Amino acid sequence: METNFTHHQSAHCENGVASNLLKHNGLNISEPMIFGIGSGLFFVYLPFLKVNYAPAISYRPMPGQIFNKAAKRLGLKIKRQKFSSEANAIKALDENLKNNIPSGLQVGVYNLTYFPDEYRFHFNAHNLVVYGKTETDYLISDPVMENVTTLTHAELNKVRFAKGAFAPRGQIYYPIQVPANVDLKGAIIKGIKNTCRDMLAPMPIIGVRGMRLVAKLIKKWPVKEGTKKANHYLAQVVRMQEEIGTGGGGFRFIYAAFLQEAAVVLGNDELQTLSLEMTAIGDLWRDFAVEASRVYKNRSTKVDVYNMLSDNLLVIADREEAFFKKLKKAIS
Amino acid sequence: MKKEEVPQDKGNLSNKNMKELVYATDENGNYTTALSTGWEPKTIALSNSIEEIGERIAIAKAKVENNEVSPIFYYMEFCRMDLGVLSSYVGMWQWRVKRHFKPKVFAGLSDSILKKYADSFNITIDELKNFKTN
Repeated sequence: METNFTHHQSAHCENGVASNLLKHNGLNISEPMIFGIGSGLFFVYLPFLKVNYAPAISYRPMPGQIFNKAAKRLGLKIKRQKFSSEANAIKALDENLKNNIPSGLQVGVYNLTYFPDEYRFHFNAHNLVVYGKTETDYLISDPVMENVTTLTHAELNKVRFAKGAFAPRGQIYYPIQVPANVDLKGAIIKGIKNTCRDMLAPMPIIGVRGMRLVAKLIKKWPVKEGTKKANHYLAQVVRMQEEIGTGGGGFRFIYAAFLQEAAVVLGNDELQTLSLEMTAIGDLWRDFAVEASRVYKNRSTKVDVYNMLSDNLLVIADREEAFFKKLKKAIS
Repeated sequence: MKKEEVPQDKGNLSNKNMKELVYATDENGNYTTALSTGWEPKTIALSNSIEEIGERIAIAKAKVENNEVSPIFYYMEFCRMDLGVLSSYVGMWQWRVKRHFKPKVFAGLSDSILKKYADSFNITIDELKNFKTN
């Protein structure tokens, strides 16, 4: 069985799956558009949660939210199913493929055999599309890969039932209703408003305030935790930022691309200027990653390096606060 | 980031001939996509984490050899798990899994319990029982 699904590579898995599935269903929508409308830009520091023995920082909302929000704002209907039994999960997927419906799946990364070994962690919020099945394999379109790939039946089963935080529980999702005409303008405005609200939220661990809190903690790490742990924490920050579904610089560039598209749709030149500003902020995030990587590469023990990094992050937080205030004004 | 600034460093992706997609601006400042083979700061961050895990595995191995902990502890580290992940794979409370880290308790475990662990680690019960690390 094979559905006539076209694979497009994307920068982030969830947007990519969403965009690819909608394109398949006749709604031509780009990855940045999904990301912007679904309010994918986010920042949260979770002090009570440890990932890989370091504090967790997330640059994205909860798995599934981007697509859900985008769908709601565009007036589409998505069906999501989770399973307690593996047999039922397999049956539901096979049924879909038989009916020519490529399906999005939430999976764990650890057993994805086509990933390089270094990337295989117990991270359960990866997304891919299954678009066909052969005697031995499932045909996989993983949006972060250049080309389509395959997993054996047993392998796919394993990643669908990975355990741990955000266990996917065999989750499959696919659009069941896509209207011919969508209200793109309204959806864009709702998406932007949501992102502004998140990033400027009056909560100490979310948005620009969250960044400031992390900046303050970076200063304390070498004193409180020792250099070795501080370096490990810092490496984790950068990995979360640039690696796991991108986040820092990468997400800013996608958002800037979204603003550029939105400027045309809404006929709002202000968004064009703001897109340039977001690009500049994205470059700052990249500089931050470069500086941070120097610290843990050289195993530098100087405390002032951490102070400098902390100051860099504070500058980024200030820039983003100003940015989102302007963005909020630009669309109201 | 401008298109010509998209990093093309060697790293974990280029070893496998993979490329990732990034968004960057062209000459006119319009957004487009480009492929990147990798970026050094990312590679360093990732290898830092891999090293960290390598150290943890080495410590776990030494502890098993000194009979301080059971092989379950070693394989947990080897599979990059932590207590929470392992306990959800085997479907037991964390305190129970922790108890199985004790060599004495481990020695008395039934095969059906050992099988749960072996399956989660992708190994056989024999491998789990007769601990050899190579």
